[in-house]
This record gives sequence, structure tokens and C-alpha cells, in this order.
Amino acid sequence: MNLNLTLIGQAIAFAVFVWFCMKYVWPPVMQALQERQKKIADGLDAASRATRDLELAQEQADETLRESKEKAAEILEQAHKRSNQMIEEARENARLEGERMIAAARSEIEQEVNRAKEELRSQVSRLAVEGAERILESSIDEAKHRELVDKLAAEL
Amino acid sequence: MAAGNTLTPTAYIQHHLQNLTFGYHPDHGWAMAHSAEEAAEMGFWAIHLDTMAWSIGLGVLFLWLFRKAARAATTGVPHGLQNFVEMMVEFVDNSVKETFHGKSRLIAPLSLTIFCWIFLMNLMDLVPVDLLPMLAQKIGVMFGADPAHVYFKVVPTTDVNATLGMSLSVFALIIIYSIRHKGLSGFIGELTLHPFSSSNKLFQVILIPINFILEVVTLLAKPVSLALRLFGNMYAGELIFILIAMIGLWQLPLHFSWAVFHILIVTLQAFIFMMLTIVYLSMATEEH
Repeated sequence: MNLNLTLIGQAIAFAVFVWFCMKYVWPPVMQALQERQKKIADGLDAASRATRDLELAQEQADETLRESKEKAAEILEQAHKRSNQMIEEARENARLEGERMIAAARSEIEQEVNRAKEELRSQVSRLAVEGAERILESSIDEAKHRELVDKLAAEL
Repeated sequence: MAAGNTLTPTAYIQHHLQNLTFGYHPDHGWAMAHSAEEAAEMGFWAIHLDTMAWSIGLGVLFLWLFRKAARAATTGVPHGLQNFVEMMVEFVDNSVKETFHGKSRLIAPLSLTIFCWIFLMNLMDLVPVDLLPMLAQKIGVMFGADPAHVYFKVVPTTDVNATLGMSLSVFALIIIYSIRHKGLSGFIGELTLHPFSSSNKLFQVILIPINFILEVVTLLAKPVSLALRLFGNMYAGELIFILIAMIGLWQLPLHFSWAVFHILIVTLQAFIFMMLTIVYLSMATEEH
């Protein structure tokens, strides 16, 4: 084994290779690696962000759904209440109307009764006068005794 | 066997372990070494052509592949080559981040280069030991060379020059990082005031040389161990491949099993070299 110029040649070759590698090989590869790393990191970030957004949207949808359900229940309840109220009112109205009609009928009946009574009275008075006329024949002057007969009729 | 049947096993092994050397020989001037002795006689002013060619070729292959992927890198879903390159880059980046806590633009690409380059160089060990040397011999003969003189070692990391070249570069980085992060005085202080220190000034002065010797040994052991660990593992692996190649037909199952086992070593050694580099550099930047 002789040490000779090869040693220096090798050292020079080595230096040149290292220089070349440092200048033209390492930086572009490293840059590509780092850029890819960044891209992957960005992608992962975006993915996690999207997941979070999705979760948020889901939550919002749930919230909206819940709210609308509540509202619907409220509206339903209100409608229920209102309908009950209406039924109550209608019932009341009907009752009142009925009462009114009953009252009206009653008064009408009373009136009719009164009218019948009046007529009866007048007929009775006429019949009485007629009867009396027949009994007394012409002794009684209708005009003279009208007052008496009316008084009699009113007493009936 | 590569060089024909006339070779003795020793010669065969030696032939396989000799690099293709071009250098200045005191007798022949600038020329190819025709034997191991000639290569040794050339001393320092010689160069292993096979080591250089394979290592540079593999380094260029690595950078070409990774550059191709880097240029086409998109932030979309990665496919094929980009996927593989990103996997490697991330693996290295994680290793660096776990160990090195300072900030440095250099250390991660450095580690990537070390890992991939050493891995590719080690991987050449899995190419059948005789295949490429035989091809080289054929080509050498075409150019009029004596086939016995065409040496060819395919795995650059079995050449101690290659591993030491890298580890010394790392060593230089260790020193640069130490001085940059601790200052020159801090670095010297680390070498001289550790591990023994005393509040007594006189004792301290006596302790300085002892500390210095200990710390310098520690410091120098780093690149040496780094280089020799890789070299030793790969050299031993290569040697076993060569030995297996000599036993005739039985080499096939043995070759296979050793190659499977060697995949582990190939990867592990590349990883160890990278991790130790990161550890040494992080030690250089951190206060103890």
C-alpha cells in the first residue's frame, strides 16, 4: 500500500463532489420536501377546519330545528287555546241567544195572552150587553149605559 | 482466473491487490508501473488510475442521478427516482439533525455525498472480482501492454489513498469547524488544558505538555481510524472474494453467500463513515 498522489486527487474529487452536492443537489430537494411538507400541513389544516365548520353547521341546524319545533309547539298550543276560547264564546253566545229568544217568545206569548184577554173581554162585554139588551129589550139605551158596560168589561 | 493458469495463487492475489499506477519512476521517468515493486519505487509521485477513474466515475454517477431528481423535483406526489432521492435526503437529514445541533449548510450535503459515494464505491465489491480486471486486461492488450502488467483494482475504497483522502478532508473540516466555533485560542485551549487541569499555575504548566500529547493523539486518531476502518473492511472483503474465486466450482454458492453478507458491510461502512463524520464535526462545534 503506497501513499501517493491518489490521496490528494481523492481529496480534491471529494471536495468538488461535496461542493456540487451542496450547491445543486441538496437545496432543490430540500426545498421540494419543505414545500410538500407545507402543502400537506395546509391540507390537514384545511381538513380540520372543514370538519370544525361542519360541526358548527350541524350545531346550528340542530339549534334551528329545536327552535322551530318549540315555535310550532307554541303555535299549536295557542291555536288550541284560541279554539277552546272560541268554542266557549260560541257556547255562551248560543246560551244568551237562546235565553233572549225564550224571553222574546215569552213576552210574545204574554202579549198574545193579553190580546186574547182583551178581545175576550170586549167580546164578553158585547155579549153581556147583548144579553142584557135581550133581557131588558130596549130598556137600555146603549149610549147611556156604555160607560157602565165598559166598566163591567174592565172588571172581567 | 484472470491472468491465465500459469499464475500461482500468491501471484494471482498480489496481481489483484495491485493498483494500476502511473507515476514518476527514478529509472523510467513518467510511466505505468509494471510491477508492485516499481509502483512502490515511484513513491509519492504516482497516481492510481483505476482508483481515480472508478471513484470519480461513481461520484459523477451519484451526482448525476441526484441532480436529475433534484431538477425534476416537484411538490406533488413523488415517483420513482425522486422518491428514492428524497428518501435518501431525508434519511441523511434526519441523521444529521439527530446528531449535529449547530447550524451548518455544509454538513448535510457533505454527509449525503459521503454516504452515497462510499456506498457506490463499496458496492463495486459485489461485481465479480475477475470480470472488470479481465476486461481491462483485454483492453490493455489491445493497446499493446503485457497482460501481466495490467493491474486493475475495481473497488476504490480498498485503496487506502481513497479512504485517507476523504478522512483527511474531514479532518481539515474538523479543524476549521473547531477554530471557527471556539476561536484559535479555544481550540488550543482544548488541546492543552484537557483532560488534566489544576488550579495551581505551576502544576498547570507541567500538565500542558501531557494534555497536548494526549489530545493530539485523540485528534489524529480520528481521521486515521476513519480511513483505516473503511479501508480495512473493504480490503478484507475484497480479499475474501479473491480467495473464494480461487477454489473452483464451489465458489458459486460461497460467492453468493459472501456477497449477500457483504451487502450489509457495504451499507454499514458507508453509514459508519457518515455518522462518524457528523459526530466528529458536532464535537468540533460544541463546547465540552
